[in-house]
Parts: sequence; structure tokens; C-alpha cells
Amino acid sequence: MNLPKKPELLSTAPSLLWLVMFVLVPVFTIFAIAFRPALPAGGIGEGWSMDAVRALGDPSYPALFMRTILIGAMTTLACLAAGLPAAYAMARLTPAWRSRMLLLVIVPFWTNFVIRVFAWQQILHAEGYLAQLFRSLHIIGENDRLLGNTAAVVLVSFYTYLPFAILPLFAAAEKFDFGLLDAARDLGAKSLKAFFSVFVPGIKQGIITALLVVFIPMLGAYVVPDMVGGTGTQMLGNKIAQRNFTDRNLPEAAALSGALALLVLAPMFLRRREKTAAA
Amino acid sequence: MRPSKIPLVTLILVLVFFYLPIGFLVVNSFNRARYASKWDGFSTRWYERLWERTDIVAALGNSVKIATAASILSMILGTAAAFALHRYKSRFQEAHRLLVTVPLVLPDILMGMSLLLLFVSFGMQLSLITITVAHVTFCLSYVALVVQARLQDFDFNAVEAARDLGATKIQAFLKVTLPLLAPGILAGGLLAFTLSIDDYVITYFVKGPGSDTLPTLVYSMIKKSKDLPVINALSSLMLVVTFAVVAVSQRLTRPTAV
Repeated sequence: MNLPKKPELLSTAPSLLWLVMFVLVPVFTIFAIAFRPALPAGGIGEGWSMDAVRALGDPSYPALFMRTILIGAMTTLACLAAGLPAAYAMARLTPAWRSRMLLLVIVPFWTNFVIRVFAWQQILHAEGYLAQLFRSLHIIGENDRLLGNTAAVVLVSFYTYLPFAILPLFAAAEKFDFGLLDAARDLGAKSLKAFFSVFVPGIKQGIITALLVVFIPMLGAYVVPDMVGGTGTQMLGNKIAQRNFTDRNLPEAAALSGALALLVLAPMFLRRREKTAAA
Repeated sequence: MRPSKIPLVTLILVLVFFYLPIGFLVVNSFNRARYASKWDGFSTRWYERLWERTDIVAALGNSVKIATAASILSMILGTAAAFALHRYKSRFQEAHRLLVTVPLVLPDILMGMSLLLLFVSFGMQLSLITITVAHVTFCLSYVALVVQARLQDFDFNAVEAARDLGATKIQAFLKVTLPLLAPGILAGGLLAFTLSIDDYVITYFVKGPGSDTLPTLVYSMIKKSKDLPVINALSSLMLVVTFAVVAVSQRLTRPTAV
């Protein structure tokens, strides 16, 4: 690798140094602190210790990891199921309507995350209209709650991530040649078959991006399970926060974060290798 | 054969689904009742209550200070990054690009946790400064993304022309490149500002005691189930601000604006 020339160095250095300092070094710090002993008072001790890494063998963790992956997968699938037809419909509109619809999708994307989750917490509240309605229709029992279960976590996660899924799907659908669909139909394919055998493969790249932008942040989800979930829906992010803020055990929080980082980075590196192989 | 109506119906349902909870929140902020379970008449009492809360005003002040500093710094760093990534194609830039991408894909909790561990291991006091540093780190990447998109359709002939007419490199940059790119850079800055004002998870990890921002204060109020109607009022005001910001940024990023 040749050393870059002066103008290149000058324009690259500010952001590069910042990112090395505050992204690269911190990520390595996670892995380093995982091998430090915890102080009873909440600090990080001197020397090295395997305690925090060994604590990853906690018998409750396999279920925690599985639950995190499962809730993430359910949310991702739901986003795709709603996002695909929505993006398709948007791409088929006239340009003027297309940009109006795009704006309507972007506004919730810019709206404060905590507020959106809070709105749902109130809607699903035990004394709220929805719970009253469901109770009077006997959809739920007298003592059943709409909050505190997996369905609530998936529903609210779906709500918060759907705009993120629609944007890449729409970007891909906009470039799709809809003549191909008409051709498939002219050749006798049913609408649904044409949709899945022509449209879906045609926007494959958008689908992959949508999958990643929902699934990866979902692995680190913290706010939604904390606000609308319960003890049975605890996810990896909640456990990290608990180790950090309640137990004040930074090395164990770091070990869990390291496990999450590997879980997140593995698919990214696999994809990079695939890409390099394809190129 | 007629195309199916299912996609259009889905799109309409999705949009209704997006706005129903937000609308519910706004309507409820004018509800006299303390609890959302029944309508007790129109009232603006929760908005009046808002101004009496000094902690909310202080948190708003913190949020604005942090977002202003973070958006200015990330506009500078992000624009420089976008220029380098656009202009040079080397192995070195590939590493640079990878680093710029990481904050976009890293889950918030990992970013917050890793920065907290960095600050703790270097003995840095958690404060508004550490929050600002964290915000610059993720805003930088978004600004770089927006400006890079702008550079793709940037006409470098204008810069060449200025140089041919005798402008120095610096003059050409300040008088031609920068003004032409300004809408893109501002749009990036605006995005950075909203991302910073909105952030809860990362802020929660790197904030010290007593340095609450609006989202962390709202969050702790929600967790304590305290003054929920006041949060409705506050949320509605924040929604209005968001709509205004989106409107401005749409004007800036419209392709015809160049």
C-alpha cells in the first residue's frame, strides 16, 4: 500500500482520526474490558481475569440469545411482509404522488423514537381504549394484558422499524422495470406469481438492505422491550443495560456486548467476502 | 388482466398505522383527564404545566446545546470525509469508508457501551462533553452520506472554470465549491441536528448524573409513570418541530435546489 499524498491525507485525517479514536478504539476496549476483573464498588479492576467471560456460561443466556434472535427475526419478517407490497405500490404511482408518499414515510422516520414507543405504551395500556375494546369483545380475558408480552414487543418494533425497511425497498423498486411484470402477466403468470418470481428477485439488493437495517439494530434492541415488554421478553440489550446500570459490573456488561458485537459483525463480514468473491 | 389492488391497500393501511399512534398522542395532549382511558373535555392545562417544569426547560437547553455543537462539528468532519471518499480511490480510502460505515450499522447499545468503556478507562468525567463527542461520532457518518450523494451529481467543471480564470485552489473552493454544495451540507447538518436531539440509547450510556437531555428526561418520567399527560404535551410540541425540520430539509434536498 503506497502512502497517500498530502492533499488526500489532509482531507481524510480529521474524520479518520475521529473515527479511530471514538469507534475503532472503543470497540477494541469492549473486548479488553471483558478480560478485566470487576470491583465490588462498580469499577474496573487492575490485572486480568476470566470471570466476566466465564459468566457468559450463565444457564439463562442461551434462552436470552434465542429470544433476541427470534424477536428480531419476527420483526424483520413482518417489516418485509408489509414493506414489499407498500414499496411496490409506491413505485407504481405517478412521480408527484410518489414523492408525497415518500414524505409521509420519512416523517415518522424523523420523529423521536422514545415518543413513538410511548404512544404505543399508552395505546396498549391496561386501562386504554384498545384493552377495553378487546375485553368487551372477549378477545382477551378480564386479567389479560396487552403490554408485557412478545406480541407487544414485536408489534411496536415493527412500528418503529417499518419506515427503515420501506426506504431501501422503495429505492430498489423505483429502479425496477415494471414492463417485466406486464410481460410476465401477458405470458400468463398470475399477479401473485409474477410478483414473487419477477418483482422480488428484481429488487433483491433492496430486500437484503431492508433485512439488515431491521435485523441488526433489533439484535441490540433495548428501548422497546424495556418500555412495552416484561420480564418474559427481556432481550440481550436489556441484559447489557442491567449488568451495567443495576449490577454495576462493567466487565460482564462488556463481555455480553462483545458477544453481541460478534453476532452483529459476523453476517457483515460474510457479506463482504461474498461480495469480493462475486467481484 | 388488471393489476392487484392489494399493494395499494397495504400502502394505505401502513400510512394509517404510522400516523394513528402519533395522532392519538396529539389528541390526548388536549385531554383534561389525567389518564388516557377517557375523554374529559378539551384543555391546554398540560401545555401550561410544561413551562412550570424547570427540569424540562433545562433538559431542552442541554439538548439544543449538544445538538448545535454536534451538528456543526459533524458538518465539518463529515464534509471533509465525503470529499476524500469521493475524490480518492485508494486502499487507504477503502479503510476510511469502512470506518465511516460502522456507526451507521452498529446497534446503538454497542456504540453507547463502547464509548462508555472508553471514557471510563481513560478516566474522563461523564458530562455534556462526552454526550457531544458520542453524538458527533454517529452524526459524522450521516453527514458524509448525504454530502457524498450530493457530490455524485456535482459539476466539477465550474471549479475548473474558476481555476482557469485565475482563482487559487482555496479561492475556488471557498467561492465555488462550497456555495454550490451548501444545500447538501446544510441538509446533512439538519439531519445531524435531529438525530442528536432524538437520541436516547447512546446518550443514556454516556451521560453523567444531572446532565439529562430531553429524551433521557422523558424516558425517566415515563419509567416512573410521572406526569404522563405532560409528556403528551411535550411530545406533541416535539412532533411539530420535527414536521418543520422535515419541511425545511425537503426544500434543501430537492434536486432543483442546486
